[in-house]
Formats: sequence, C-alpha cells, structure tokens
Amino acid sequence: MTITTTVNGVERTVDVPPATSLLTLLRDELGLTGSKNACEQGECGSCSVWLDGELVCACLVAAVQADGRAVRTVEDLGQPDRLHTVQDAFVATGAVQCGFCTPGFVVAVADLLERDPHPSDETIREALAGNLCRCTGYSKIVAAVHLAAETAA
Amino acid sequence: MSGLSPGTLAEALEARAAHPEAVPIAGGTDLMVAVNFGRLRPESLLDLSGVAELSAWERRNGALRIGAGATFARIASDLGEFPPLVQAARTVGSPQIRNRATIGGNLATASPAGDALPVLAAYGGDVLLASVRGERRLRWDEFLLGPKRSALAEDELIVGVEWPLVDGPGSFAKVGTRNAMVIAIASVSLQLDTKARKVRLALGSVAPTVVRAPEAESFASDALDWDDPERPLPATTLHEFGAFAAAAAHPIDDVRGSAAYRRHAVDVLARRALAWAVDDRRAA
Amino acid sequence: MSVRTRSGRVGESARRVDGVPKVTGAYAYGSDLRAEHMLWGATVRSPHASARIHGIDVGDAARAAGVACVLTAADLPAARTFGLEFADQPVFADGVVRYVGEPVAVVAAETLAEARRAADLVTVEYEPLPAVTDMEQALRPDAPLVHELGNVLRHVHIRHGTGAEVDAEVWVEGYYETAMQDQAALGPEGGLAVPAADGSVDLYVATQWLHVDRQQMALCLGLPDEMVRVTLAGVGGAFGSREDIHMQIHACLLALRTRRPVKIVYGREESFHGHVHRHPSRSWIRYGAKRDGRLVAADVRLLMDGGAYASSSGPVVGNAATFAAGPYDIPNVAVEATAVYTNNPPCGAMRGFGAPQVCFAYESAMDELAAKLGIDALELRLRNAVQTGSVLPTGQVLEGPAPVREVIERCRSVPLPPDEPLVGRDAIAYPGGAGNVGRGEALKRGVGYAVGYKNVAYSEGFDDAAEATVTLRPSADGPVAVIRTAAVDYGQGLYTVLAQIARTELDLDEVVFEPSSTDSGSAGSTSASRQTTMSGGAVLGACRAIRETLGEGPLEEPIARTFTYHHRPTTGLDEEGQGRPHVSFSFAAVRAVVEVDEELGLVRVLQLAAAQDAGRVMNPQGAEGQVEGAAAMGLGLALTEEVQLADGAIRNASFTDYLIPTILDVPRIVSEFIEQPEPDAPYGVKGIGELATVAVTPAVLAALRAATGRPLNRAPVRPDDLVGIEPPVRSNGRAPIPDVPGQRPIPEYHGLGLGQQQLMKARER
Repeated sequence: MTITTTVNGVERTVDVPPATSLLTLLRDELGLTGSKNACEQGECGSCSVWLDGELVCACLVAAVQADGRAVRTVEDLGQPDRLHTVQDAFVATGAVQCGFCTPGFVVAVADLLERDPHPSDETIREALAGNLCRCTGYSKIVAAVHLAAETAA
Repeated sequence: MSGLSPGTLAEALEARAAHPEAVPIAGGTDLMVAVNFGRLRPESLLDLSGVAELSAWERRNGALRIGAGATFARIASDLGEFPPLVQAARTVGSPQIRNRATIGGNLATASPAGDALPVLAAYGGDVLLASVRGERRLRWDEFLLGPKRSALAEDELIVGVEWPLVDGPGSFAKVGTRNAMVIAIASVSLQLDTKARKVRLALGSVAPTVVRAPEAESFASDALDWDDPERPLPATTLHEFGAFAAAAAHPIDDVRGSAAYRRHAVDVLARRALAWAVDDRRAA
Repeated sequence: MSVRTRSGRVGESARRVDGVPKVTGAYAYGSDLRAEHMLWGATVRSPHASARIHGIDVGDAARAAGVACVLTAADLPAARTFGLEFADQPVFADGVVRYVGEPVAVVAAETLAEARRAADLVTVEYEPLPAVTDMEQALRPDAPLVHELGNVLRHVHIRHGTGAEVDAEVWVEGYYETAMQDQAALGPEGGLAVPAADGSVDLYVATQWLHVDRQQMALCLGLPDEMVRVTLAGVGGAFGSREDIHMQIHACLLALRTRRPVKIVYGREESFHGHVHRHPSRSWIRYGAKRDGRLVAADVRLLMDGGAYASSSGPVVGNAATFAAGPYDIPNVAVEATAVYTNNPPCGAMRGFGAPQVCFAYESAMDELAAKLGIDALELRLRNAVQTGSVLPTGQVLEGPAPVREVIERCRSVPLPPDEPLVGRDAIAYPGGAGNVGRGEALKRGVGYAVGYKNVAYSEGFDDAAEATVTLRPSADGPVAVIRTAAVDYGQGLYTVLAQIARTELDLDEVVFEPSSTDSGSAGSTSASRQTTMSGGAVLGACRAIRETLGEGPLEEPIARTFTYHHRPTTGLDEEGQGRPHVSFSFAAVRAVVEVDEELGLVRVLQLAAAQDAGRVMNPQGAEGQVEGAAAMGLGLALTEEVQLADGAIRNASFTDYLIPTILDVPRIVSEFIEQPEPDAPYGVKGIGELATVAVTPAVLAALRAATGRPLNRAPVRPDDLVGIEPPVRSNGRAPIPDVPGQRPIPEYHGLGLGQQQLMKARER
C-alpha cells in the first residue's frame, strides 16, 4: 500500500503493508524514532503526534488514514540549539528522568498550551491524563507546564 | 487496492459492498489495538475518517441525530445541552483518544462497557444503518446483541444515532479503580423525561449488553412528584431505587472487578443519579 | 554528551546532562536502534505453567515468508542456562516449561510482523503437568516440584535475644499480604546484536548491569568474555526489571547464526512475561510490648513467592528478613523468612527489594499496637525508634547516622493540605476522577503515617565495587573532564551527579561522557540505591588521583586515572542470622492524606509527604524527582497495581488492565531531606531512590484505615475492601518452617553457584 503523507512539512511517500500503524510508519519507515512505542494500545501517550493539527496516538492511527494528510512529530518542535519553550521547561524543572515518556508529553503539553495558554493545575492534569510516566510522579511535569506557560507569555 | 479512502457516504457504501474483506475504520481506537496485538490481520482497510458527512449532527423533527463519525472531543465541546452525553464523552480515555474515538466506534465494537452506549439507551435512541441496499434503523437494543456482537450486516455501515429530544435533567457516571483512563467497571446513565413523566435508567458493564432497568424506572416514575419540582425524594425512596437498579444488573467477575462490587456500584450510582436529577430539576 | 554550564557543582540542581536529546526525541533507546540488513526477532513462549515438551516443530515457521532462522534449545552451542545468582534458567525451555511465558524458541525475520507471524507457526507438543501456583502450596510435602532440589529456594532464620519466647504485657498479631507488582518501565526490553567477522558479537542493549549480562551471555554463547561486547543503549526505566537477562542471549544467538544484525524488542504484553516482578508476600507478625509502649519482642513469619527461577530471590528474602522487625529497638526478635519456587512468573529485583513487603506488615502491626495501647501512632514510633548505636536484629550495630526521630518530626511538620469544600468542585476533583461519580457524597478524609528503612548497596558479604576512569584534558576553552563508566543511568540522573562531582573536584565546567560498555571495568548494577555511592566514589577517587598527580602544575598533557571504589565489607548471616550484612542504612517517614468515597470505595490521594534521610543531597531537583517517582510507585502498590494470576497465567498483561498511576492519581508530593553525612561514603551520601516506595504503601493503607475504619490488610486495596464487601484476607495459619541445611540459598548446598553450568534436570519420566 502506497501512502503519501506530509511529515514535519516534507512530503513522504512510502510503501507499507496494510493495517500498518502510523507509529510504525514514522519509526520504521521514516526513521523518526522520537515517537515511542510503550503500550501499542493508546494507553500511555508516548506516541503522541499531531494529525492535521489534532493530538492523537500514532499507534491508533492506521497509516492509510494519514494518506494525504499532515503529520507533525516531536522532531519538528525544536532543535538542540533552539529548543521549543516546552522542551526547555522540561529540562529546566527536572521533568525528564528516563525520558521515554518525554516526547509524548512534550507534544501533548505543546498542544495544551496552544489551546489554553495559562491552564490551571486541574486543566493540566485532565489534559495529560493520557500520558503515563513511571519515573517522575508527575510533579515536575506539572511544574514544567507552568514554567512553559509563563515563559511563552 | 488495499487502502480505501472514500470521501462521501455513497462511495463508502459502494466500497463496503464491493470489498467485504476491507475492515472499516474510523477512529481506530479499538480496531488498531487488535491489529497491534496481532489479533486481527486485515488484508485491507476501509478508511471512513474522510467522510465528512458522517461527522455532522443536527436537530430535526424533535430529534437529535449524531453522525457515527462524531468524535468524543467534538461531542464534549459542542453538545453541551446534552449533559449525559458530554459527561460520557469526557470519561473516554484521554484527549488523544477523544480526538479520534467516535460514537459509531462504540456501536461497532458493541462492548457493554462502551461509554456512550448507556446514554444512547437512556435516550431510547435508534442506530442508523446504511448499505447499497438502502437505509434502516434499529432500536439500540435490537442493534446490540451481546458482548462485542451487533446486528450490523456484512455490507452495512453505521451512519449515526438518533433520539427524540427530551426535556429534563440527566447524567452519566462511570466507576473505575483509577482516576483516569479506565474501562468502566460499572456505569449508569439516567434521564428524566418531564413531559412523559418517566425516569429512564441504563446500565453499562453489568450485563452482556447495555441494559435498561424497567422496574427501577417504573418505581421512580411513580415515586417522583412531577408537579412539584421542589419536592425532594426521601432517602428511603432513593435507596429502593438503587436496589431495583442493582437487581437489573447481571454482572460477572472479571479482571477489572467483581460481580458483587458491580452490583453495589450500580446501586450507589443509580441512587446518586436520581438525586442529582431531582436537584437539577429544582435548580432549573 | 558534552555539557558546559557554570552551575553544575555538588549540591546544586544541575541541569541533566542528557536532557536535551531526551526532549527532542533524539535519545536512542534500546528499542530505537537500527542497522543495515537488520533482522527482527520474535520469541515463542509457553502457554503452560508446567508442562513437558514432547516435540517442537519449527518447519512451518522456518519456511514462512521473510524468515531467516528459528532456534530452540537444540541449537544451543554451550551453557544452556543462565541466572543472576544460580544458572537455573534455561535460554530456551529444555524438555520442560516451568512458567507461562517461558521462552521456547526464537525466530528472526526481515520484518517484525513476519517474525511474529512465524512465531505463531512454531508448533510445540506440550503435556501439561500439575503446577504449583500458591506459595503455601509449594511448602506442602505433596506439592509438585518446580526443580529437583525442592521448592524452597532459601530460608532465613534470625534470632536476637530470646527470640519470641518472652513475656510481654501486650501482644498484637496480624496477617498481611502484598500482591505481585510490576516495574512497568515505559521503555520496553530492546536491543540490537551485531555479529563481527571474527565470530565475536556486539550487543547494544537497555539493561542495568553490563558486566553481569556479559558474564552470562559469554557462557551461553560459548565465547570468551573479550568476544562478547556489551554497550549500553538508552534505557527507558528499569526499577529492577532489567537486571536479569531478557533478550540478550536470544538476539546474539540469532545474530551469530544468521551473520546479520538482529533486533529484538518486546511489546507491552510480552514485556510483562519477559521480566521478573516484585515478590508477592504473606506475613504473620506479632509485636510484644510493655504498657508504656516499649517493644520487647517481634516475631515474624514471612513467605515470598519467587516463581519458577531463582533470579535474585535469595538476596531479596535475605534483605526482607533483616528488615522485618522494623526500624525499632527490640531486644528479642525472631524472623523466619522463606522464598519458594512455584510455577508462577519469576520474581526478582524491584525497587525496595523485599523492604516494601515487610514495611507494610510491620507498620500495620505498629498501628495495631498503638491502638491497643491507646498511644498516638507516631509517639509509639518515636519511643522505639532506632538510633546510632542501636543493635539491629542481626546483631549489626547501626554505626552511621540514623535520624529516625528527625524524619518522623520533619514529616509531621509538613502542613496538611487545606480542607476542600465537599460540594461544588469540578467533577475530576472527587474520588473517581473523570468518571463523574460524585458530587461530594460520603467523603471521608484520613491521615496515615509509616516509617521505613532499607540498606544502601549490596549485602551479605557481596564483594561489590565500581570502576570509573576520568581523564583531564586541556583544551582551548579550558580543561575538560572525560568520564568513562560502565554504570547505567536509566533515568535517576546518575551521570548528572557524576558530572557534578567531576566539576567540583577538578574545578572545571565541561564534562564529557564516553559510551558505557564492557570495554571498561564493571561499575556494578544500577540498583540498591548504590550508584551515587559506588560510581560517585569511583569518580571521586579518580579525580583525587588526578589532582595528586597534577599538583600545582599547569595541565599540559591529558591525565587519566582509573579508580575502583569498594564499600566497607559486609558479612553473611550465621546460623542465628547474626552478622554485619549491610553497608549502611537509610530511613524515611511518609504521611499520606486521602479522601475516600465511602459508598463507592474510590480513593483520591490528596498529599504525600516524605521526609528522608539522604546523607547528602547531591542535586536537590534530582533528589526530589527520585522521591516523587518512588512515592508514585508505592502509591501504585497501595491502590491499583497488581499482576493478577490465574493458574500461573497473567490475566492483565497490558496497560489497560495493569493500572499504573496517571497524573490524576498522583497528588502533590512534598519531599524533605535530612542531611546527616554517612561516614566513609563519598560526600556522605546515602541512596535516595527506593525508600519512598517502601514507606508510601503502608502510609496510604494507614490513611485508608483511618478514613474508613476498616482493618485493611492487603495491598493493593480494592474498592470491594473499602466498602466492606470483601472482608480482610484470612490466613490458614502460619506457613510451616521448612527443614533446610542452613541460611544460604539451597542451590549453593548443591554446588550450583553463578558460572556453574549444572543443568537443572527435567523431571524424570
């Protein structure tokens, strides 16, 4: 099955078996391994990406559903020498430990702040309920969101 | 061709008829889990996510019709006049899931734990089906036949749900052991129909399908003072209602919860839902 | 990774050295690796808890599309078993399977999908055998034997003073259970094996200890150590689940056979079957005290389910036994602690290493005692707390700081969360979260405390050491320190702390890390809260050696020094459980504040406050992060996490049904640190990472008991327990004490040590 999708602004055409997930397409066909596979069932959010501007779990999107659409991943958010505000905030507050959940969180937080630039604690927690972390206990992640919100202001 | 991406409902129905081996997918939040775990290996997919008309909704002839493709995110943000539906939508998974999961998907999966299904049942809604042979509608309990079993024909697609608009407060509540991202251990949806003077109660995750609780409903319909919204319901009445509701549940023990707890939870949730409805009616 | 910052010295909240690649997605975990012409591996696993294998037909699998190779026990070139302590675990099941999920074969194919499909085509003829799936059943004389040497893996006996034969004015007695918990690290098992032309192999893998992996791999591959090179790939969390071998030997066997790189990554469901879990436990505990609250006796019977293979169950039960009476001065102590083999999934290291299970029992019993005596629960602990100079039940004298009273007082002093109105909250601010189950009905608050303690580093005479090499190099922009260590940082921030040490000792800013591999000497495992002490000590020693050499002179040429740090020696336990088994100790007090919906049995945790004895806080932000993460894991064991077993099979091997806490389940966590430096430790540090896990579970249970009045005695608690549908778990009486030759793990009495290749025989026909 041939899929043509715009990933991080670049049009890519790949051949994948039917029912391949968007996550597999990104990681294995396009080498974009920033989005992670931790549960294969949309429970953990570590594969969070944008599909036509909407926050989704890439493991639950069939690759064919991205045909003709635009996908944006964590790799598009910032560069090591020019981090996105959210990325910088995560490092600054100690919200990164093993880091496996971090790309998914960074994308979900960037999405939240685009829609609600100054979210309350409750809003933050409800918005990130689909992102699991096993290392941090979430406290510093919430702090990172607040820091990113203040910094962007 | 192993990827079918129709842009209109007519195209989708033709594709469905012409390619019965293509598994329909919209939000994919149930289907892709089965695919990722190797339990399902479709040769091809029929992608319905591009059929815009499936996501629309409208009020028409005293009824609300919601397209099967309406996502829970849009339902939660745009259908605020239907609190039970919005409450159900809000409990679904996570923002990532809500952006994709659809009401049609709840029906196609036909799990007794589907979050929108008790709401549909409490509203007494119909499921709208279509194929190249034409359209038909089934009452929700004619469509949902058993755990993960529905009356969907092989060449059919679910196009939407429809229910008559009703006056009166209502709610949806779902119990899980964690505070987020849970499959319901038990759920209830309650709806007052002040014109018909009826209480409607639907239960989820406590039987092979979502069920209504007719004895609880007639008990409460009789017990409520429909003429005097200020009149509270005595605690004993609420408890009896809860007991009737629990009696309508036929839960099992499984990895998520015990049958005994499920029955208990239904009792509590039903009791609370009725109390809230009475409070909301008074406040209105 | 190279870091250039000014504020990166010991004691400061230095920025993580690996933070940037992690937030950009560039950081490569074991599951992200790829190589040209790479094959994917998939594992065939047993569906039976106990069965004989009569035949394995790999024909269909080998002929399937894309398949390069299928391997079983018949293809093993050398040692057929491996194990952290005893080589009792088969690389592939050899005639018999002993747990559901045991690897039977492995397939390599061009794509993961093809490998998984081919794995389904491997046909195994099983004859199911009777399985022993209950830890008490395992002790019965008629129980099926998991291994020939019997179902007891280890029994530890400790007798201090007159043991349990003592007069006390008041006794309390309790029975407590903890369930099987899973580490559930987000990053799954993953790695890449690359064969070299000379018959050697390189493995890039997410693991906790490179050298112990290599030691087992080399024996099973039939290669000398130098021909098996292990390089660390990024690790997405571990918490004990990456200490044992998982895909390492399989991937290398496939790579050497196919002469191509082979990648193996476990999916989440497979991951549950592919690593060890926390030992479920049953505890029978009695405390005897005088009326004024002073403890006179503790009597503990502990039973732990080690599952089908030994892993580190021997040290876990030994550890648990030494802590089973609690951090209290008790003149008479009797502990009988057993780890058994069963046909359940193997258990091994998980954050806390036996201490959480016993802390739950002893803190619950202390609360019982306080209630019976009419003494405040904290006051009872303050009256009995150990201190420097106390003699522990093993006869070991507490030599270092033991600020138990201080952590209790500090914990108590944390302000309680403010009251919240019962009605009018947002739906998610009620127990039950997003489920919309309440508007303020039946809410009850509860507060509970627990005090826990644990050792730092390895115990019972283990000759533990860590090596590091530091090179000081001149450069145009100033001196640079290059650190080479085989130590694993799987998230706790070890490398950041090592960089802070180097910057402080050598007075510079830039620190560079070389890749971690078996090219350097062992740094030991990243576990047991030991690495800041051990690898920190190694880096510190190397830096000091550099400074000695450099003296006052200018740096013209690079100076490299290698240092191997050893902690002070420990001993094993003699026949009465006496000795000096631990290096040092650390203590924590935790308070939990919960709100319970009493009708639905749902819980909202409002606050966790942890006061911890840290020795020296090397990086405040990092230390808090460790306490917060540890607390969340303890909270999971209290409320939602349980690997559910039915006849040895895991029923909930997914994140849908194995429920780790979400951001809506974990409250604000307040951490307080007491810094009383540990003598002989670098910078006076103690370990940080495990204690909150140990003490949070009993603190939450205590808070739930306070809120509901129910005598909860099992972790995790279920809504059924909180609403009273389910009574407290009952026991059938204390588990019998097995007849054993001594305190050591039984395999040792059969001459089966690490490195010995005695095959554990399949059962005779």
